Amino acid sequence: MPGARAIPTQAGAKPSSFLELRDLRIHFPTDDGVVKAVDQLSFTLERGRTLGVVGESGSGKSVTSLGILGLHNRRNAQVSGEIWLDGMEIVGASPEEVRRLRGKKMAMIFQDPLSAMHPFYTVGAQIIEAYRVHNPVSKAVARKHAIDMLGRVGIPQPDRRVDDYPHQFSGGMRQRAMIAMALSCDPELLIADEPTTALDVTVQAQILDLMRDLQQEFGSALIIITHDLGVVAELADDIVVMYGGKAVEYSSAKDIFERPQHPYTWGLLGSMPRLDRTRTDRLIPIPGTPPSLITLPPGCAFHPRCAYADRTGGRSQTEVPELVGAAAGHGVRCHLSEQERREIFETEIRSKLESA
Amino acid sequence: MITFGIFFVVPRLAGETPEIMASRYVGSRASSDQYHLVAERLGFYDPLWLQYWHWLKAIFVGMDFDYGNGVEHCAAPCFGYSYLKSTPVWPDLIDRAGVTMSLAIGAAVIWVLFGVSTGVVSALRRGSVFDRAAMSVALAGVSLPIFFTGLVSLVVFSYGRPFRFTAPGSSYVSFAKNPAEWAYDLILPWVTLAFLFAASYARLTRAGMLETMHEDYVRTARAKGLPERTVVVKHGLRAALTPIVTIFGLDLGLLLGGAVLTESTFSLPGLGKYAVDAVMRQDFPQVMGVTMFATFFIVVANIVVDVLYGVVDPRVRVG
Repeated sequence: MPGARAIPTQAGAKPSSFLELRDLRIHFPTDDGVVKAVDQLSFTLERGRTLGVVGESGSGKSVTSLGILGLHNRRNAQVSGEIWLDGMEIVGASPEEVRRLRGKKMAMIFQDPLSAMHPFYTVGAQIIEAYRVHNPVSKAVARKHAIDMLGRVGIPQPDRRVDDYPHQFSGGMRQRAMIAMALSCDPELLIADEPTTALDVTVQAQILDLMRDLQQEFGSALIIITHDLGVVAELADDIVVMYGGKAVEYSSAKDIFERPQHPYTWGLLGSMPRLDRTRTDRLIPIPGTPPSLITLPPGCAFHPRCAYADRTGGRSQTEVPELVGAAAGHGVRCHLSEQERREIFETEIRSKLESA
Repeated sequence: MITFGIFFVVPRLAGETPEIMASRYVGSRASSDQYHLVAERLGFYDPLWLQYWHWLKAIFVGMDFDYGNGVEHCAAPCFGYSYLKSTPVWPDLIDRAGVTMSLAIGAAVIWVLFGVSTGVVSALRRGSVFDRAAMSVALAGVSLPIFFTGLVSLVVFSYGRPFRFTAPGSSYVSFAKNPAEWAYDLILPWVTLAFLFAASYARLTRAGMLETMHEDYVRTARAKGLPERTVVVKHGLRAALTPIVTIFGLDLGLLLGGAVLTESTFSLPGLGKYAVDAVMRQDFPQVMGVTMFATFFIVVANIVVDVLYGVVDPRVRVG
């Protein structure tokens, strides 16, 4: 459904969408220079919809999620731009106000459930704690709620497992418990930071199924942060592709998979292994490595790795491209004209990506 | 057990013969026949293992001492009689242990409170003026020996001042008799001893907190929307406390066996002072008794720490 997303409105004005980021920048000044972890990032998200944020390690996707929750290192981060959550602006809000929203209105599922749960408290105690911060109920009531939540995320015998410690759970169970903890206060925005990276492949599918079911049940907005395109293909309605702290392509999931326009997205899609080809053609890696966020390449951050950089007449080395076309439903940050991109995609890329 | 064996060998290495040991009982002007008689009665000619066995047996069932002019029964637990005072060692030890416990436990409360809280604040405000000042003081604290800080504190706070904190010497009043005076007399030794330990606990806590506050589970705690205070204490400090509990148990056990330097500096009649005096006077049963006592505390402290480990960290529990 291209164009289903609301377009970011004017700065300062209250938006109509549930979550809206406007020109969010999170910079960390260090001795070696300013780390632009997130730069000029804008997107919108409605209740009941899912946004996938995709990129390599160090592309700024995790910092974005931490920034929305106000969990970034406040002491040395420079944050500018706006984050609107259900009519409230968060970047300018006091830490105490944001704390009250955390866990209740917006919750997060972390990557590695073993290190993300406290080893010294039982799983139940940690869910009870999360519930009682925002709900003035007795321990007994909170405990019943915790058991109920554990049951809903598919943990067998939840009334007994509630008193287990995290180390007594398997990896998949821990992630389920993590999800139960995040959902305990019925949050309207759920952010999942690489929710399946630390899990077995068989368990990954179960967790993704669970998250889709729960999202339908709870009707919350979901942001999935991942480097795994398979995960977003499964869940996301819209996708933001990030590179070097900036969004390089922003569109509906269907468009991204069927008509990707940015050379980096082509690279990502080509990097998914495919069994329907001969062994040497199964993977098409992107050459080079992700750039350092301190010394981003001048111009387009992707140009040193881009096969088409020489077609822009030197602009990609000097000029930072804008994210163009977001208003029409498909934003791309590239110097190539839409015409050129379409042509390249149709003639060179499509055949490599699509199966026979 | 090995320690006890060694203790029976050491006097031999130090050149003590049965005759010299016997002379401590009968005086230096007795005839050599009398030496032999006493040495034989007290079993100094027996083989070492037999002496050791008698000594051990006395602890559990008591012992009869035959001095030639009548038999005296030393009830269990019997650590023998002091050479010099001819008094049984055990009541002395019990008496002295009260002083040492007062000193050690009082100091422990102070050093845990101050050390841990300083460490936490330092870690949370790393690089701040408070952190730098606290860590400098802590460095001084671990580097300065008790007999220096103790004497300085005596000079500054006690001698010739209108506000005398303690009257050094045998002014110790037991807690049962007069709690106010007990505390008043012990303030200086407490603070001095606590300073030494608080310094290392502050450094330990700071290092632990710096580590745990960057753990993922602390971020999770924040993501739940917990107030920062709860995040720091319940999640950060709780995890950083494990190694501190271990070291605390061992430190306290060691101190309960006698805080030698502190007690000597402040002339407190505790186990440590007792041990030093006993060694100086070569009063063998006293040395043996106090060593046994101190060893007991250290062993118990180790067992308690092992048990506590299971309480503190659920991952250690079996099953």
